[in-house]
Amino acid sequence: MQTTLEPTKVPTSDISLPTSQKLRIVIVGHVDHGKSTLIGRLFHDTNSLPEGKVEQIRKASELEGMEFEFAFLLDALLEEQAQNITIDTTQLPFRTEKREYVIIDAPGHKEFLKNMVTGAASADAAILLIDANEGIQEQSKRHAYLLSLLGIRQIVVAVNKMDLVGYRQERFEKVRSDYTEFLGKLGIVPQHFVPMSAKLGLNITQASPELAWHKGPAILEALEQFQISAPPDDLPLRFVLQDIYRFDERRILAGRIETGSLQVGQEIVFWPDGKSSRVKSIEEWNAPEPPTSALVGESVAITLEEQIFVERGDIGSAPDHGPAEGREIHASLFWLQNDPLPLNVPFTLKLGTQSVEARLVEITRVLDSSTLEPLAGNPGIIHKNEVADVRIRARKPIAFDRHDRISETGRFVIVTGKRIGGGGIIREAEYQDEKRLAGAAENLTWTVSPVTRESRAENFGHRGAVLWLTGLSGSGKSTLATGLEYHLHRRGIFSYILDGDNLRHGLCANLGFSAEDRSENIRRAGETARLMAEAGLVVICSLISPFRADRDNVRKICQRDGIPFAEVFINAPLDVCEARDPRGLYKKARAGEIKEFTGITSPYEAPLAPELELRTAEHTLDNTLLDLTHFAVELSRIPEPQIAEELARGAGI
Amino acid sequence: MDHLDQLEAQSVYILREAYHSFSNLCMPWSMGKDSNVLIWLSKKAFCGKIPYPVLHIDTTYEFPEMLEFREWARKEYDLDLIVKINEDARAGRGSYTQSVGYETHDPVTVTHELKTVALQQVMAERKFDALITGIRRDEDPTRAKERYFSPRNAEFEWDYKDQPPEFWNQFTTAIEPGEHIRVQPLLDWAEVDIWRYIERENIPIPTMYFARPGEDGKKYRFRSLGCWPITKPVESTASNISEIIAELLVTKTSERAGRAQDHHERNAMQKLRAKGFM
Ligand SMILES: Nc1nc2c(ncn2[C@@H]2O[C@H](COP(=O)(O)OP(=O)(O)OP(=O)(O)O)[C@@H](O)[C@H]2O)c(=O)[nH]1
Ligand SMILES: [Mg+2]
Repeated sequence: MQTTLEPTKVPTSDISLPTSQKLRIVIVGHVDHGKSTLIGRLFHDTNSLPEGKVEQIRKASELEGMEFEFAFLLDALLEEQAQNITIDTTQLPFRTEKREYVIIDAPGHKEFLKNMVTGAASADAAILLIDANEGIQEQSKRHAYLLSLLGIRQIVVAVNKMDLVGYRQERFEKVRSDYTEFLGKLGIVPQHFVPMSAKLGLNITQASPELAWHKGPAILEALEQFQISAPPDDLPLRFVLQDIYRFDERRILAGRIETGSLQVGQEIVFWPDGKSSRVKSIEEWNAPEPPTSALVGESVAITLEEQIFVERGDIGSAPDHGPAEGREIHASLFWLQNDPLPLNVPFTLKLGTQSVEARLVEITRVLDSSTLEPLAGNPGIIHKNEVADVRIRARKPIAFDRHDRISETGRFVIVTGKRIGGGGIIREAEYQDEKRLAGAAENLTWTVSPVTRESRAENFGHRGAVLWLTGLSGSGKSTLATGLEYHLHRRGIFSYILDGDNLRHGLCANLGFSAEDRSENIRRAGETARLMAEAGLVVICSLISPFRADRDNVRKICQRDGIPFAEVFINAPLDVCEARDPRGLYKKARAGEIKEFTGITSPYEAPLAPELELRTAEHTLDNTLLDLTHFAVELSRIPEPQIAEELARGAGI
Repeated sequence: MDHLDQLEAQSVYILREAYHSFSNLCMPWSMGKDSNVLIWLSKKAFCGKIPYPVLHIDTTYEFPEMLEFREWARKEYDLDLIVKINEDARAGRGSYTQSVGYETHDPVTVTHELKTVALQQVMAERKFDALITGIRRDEDPTRAKERYFSPRNAEFEWDYKDQPPEFWNQFTTAIEPGEHIRVQPLLDWAEVDIWRYIERENIPIPTMYFARPGEDGKKYRFRSLGCWPITKPVESTASNISEIIAELLVTKTSERAGRAQDHHERNAMQKLRAKGFM
């Protein structure tokens, strides 16, 4: 390397290259198989190293007591050189007479899989490199699997270190047939298998006599056959919204066209909400004149005709062929982080610019990505370097695509703590247009998806329910109701008390105490409770409600609509209630001042099969309240039969 | 889209993600070619308005022409410009027992004190949570391992042995208090891409990049601009951008060959960068 401060001489020439896109190639494979050496060789043998580089590498190799290590071109960190291992991925520009490349070196050590994925995810094509002597190893398989998940289809297999196996063709053929079989299971068909020696520079830029039996291309020739993998032109529009700027009076929507194209004047629909407007303009600073259209890959800024509510994360599409939307996705996931990913623990899911809290609700299967064998049993957790098929549920609806349809909006990452822990691709998606084609939806206009009871429950984190507390005056209904409401409130469960006495001040003010009026009183309370539960609240009804028929009627009202209903019998003997007599009502009733007083002058029909019975005369208030709270929390829990099943199996029950 | 369009689109995407993710963003600006491309891309990303301050770490060893350019650009682009000098180091006061400068110290030390430490001082004063830098992968092998969004701890250290994964345009945007993120939108650009883009967009740059006669009668130009005592020109006749591009396509000299601090000792750049240099 230049250490002198003297001016350096630069030759001049008038060669120029077209500015076509650069082809990105990643080199992957098992640790120590020679990936970095191959890249170093490639640069060296195509005369692409800057002046002084060879000298610098020679010095570094000597200092580490090694022969000349081509890998040190990439393994530039002292730690990498000392251990002769690649820690992190490197990208280097490279050019041949034909075109320009970016060569990406990836580490082969299992520990650094996150760095391998970081390097490989942006590649158009890959070289899977295998040591002829060691043959197929753990990462040879795992890396191949990850390439298939990353959607990299163009693959060449380099069989390296042929010098160590005496250049024998049988050895090469053995690796070729073993690996072909494995890759076949992943649907990968390599374009070529190339025998080579990175260290000695054989079959790198041209055919070598030692490997004359190989009829296919040398590595460089194989590279030149790769194609840029751009998304097809005919994909529908996906405009991923990054931000909304209001630097002046304009409201500018900034984002990228991941697929398709966009024209001024066209209708654009934003998902997951489905609000639509027209594109009024495409804004571009310093443009000779404002553009009227924008193409795939462009980062653009647009304004809309009508001011609709859109926000970062939204995906814009044409009215037809919008993305799927929903709360649940089925995906294949790879996990890179040391801490495993368990079922039901919230994380952040990022897809496009959407960022939403989500969790795994089902792990269908976990694969050992180095063997493709499903792990035995059902672990209920995904460990580092494993891949799994999962079902994920988000806190709110998101817009997405099936990965094989539109990969840009069909993949996501999972963030736990402050770091990306893994990624996934979406396997299934139900599209509106497909549903329509199947004749499922008659209505051709795009309607806002209805807010359902389930979606409300998801927002609240629990479902609505009715707890009907019945019992004699003085049995403890009001005390328990207020206590319960407090405890539910503390747990973040939204609840409300409907109290018989309170209702009589308003909703039921026109009712008296005749049998008929009592019935009507209960009916109104029941209907109100049902509505409130429908809205998502846990409704605590505290009414004497002495007649079985009336209570059964409320039960029917609720159950008809699928609202969880529980009759809670607050049971205390009449003499205890009368002794308590908190408001002096028994005394008045005994004195004949109150007519038709339940228990004294009017009957109380005790429940025959209450969901819960609390004997307040036999237990302390604290204990009773605890039982009631547990019961209420369970009743309001969103049912997850699948999860329950998984957990039961995971626990070996 | 050609290659430059693609690079531009990706850089704009990154700038917008950064602006969304951080509340107190700043863009260091050296007035060099890469820095000026960053200014240009920022203008594009935000429709003509650069919504964050621009920071010049002034080592006091700046070429006078660069300072002139700084004033011109500040007005031209309507920049919210912060100029920062590590005054204590230059004056030899505060925690310094002696004035730090190229006259008395080696280039690695001076670079660290006058650039990295100056940056730390500004960060302590202004509490920026992210810095947009103009580094590129092809500049040096440790930069070749960088991420678009690269965390630095409170001591400014780069944990190059355990970088977070980054793929599918999902970036590390969450940080602990005291940490910051280096946002590096030009990582994918090669030196020649920078020039092609400057040419295509007609971006103003300091004239020192173009060849002019030296005292010995030969012609020289600067390929990379740093402090004048340690930045040497290369011999070149390239007097306009297309000649520079032609020159780059055949040169075998690395871009930073003329920057002394890079070559002071084995892996000098790794050591500088691990401690917070850009
Ligand atoms: N004999 C022989 N040795 C080789 C060949 N290619 C590489 N090596 C040696 O194999 C060792 C590992 O090479 P690297 O290039 O560092 O391997 P790598 O695949 O990049 O390793 P990681 O990046 O750490 O996964 C080095 O000592 C190389 O010199 C080859 O063709 N023949
Ligand atoms: Mg390596």
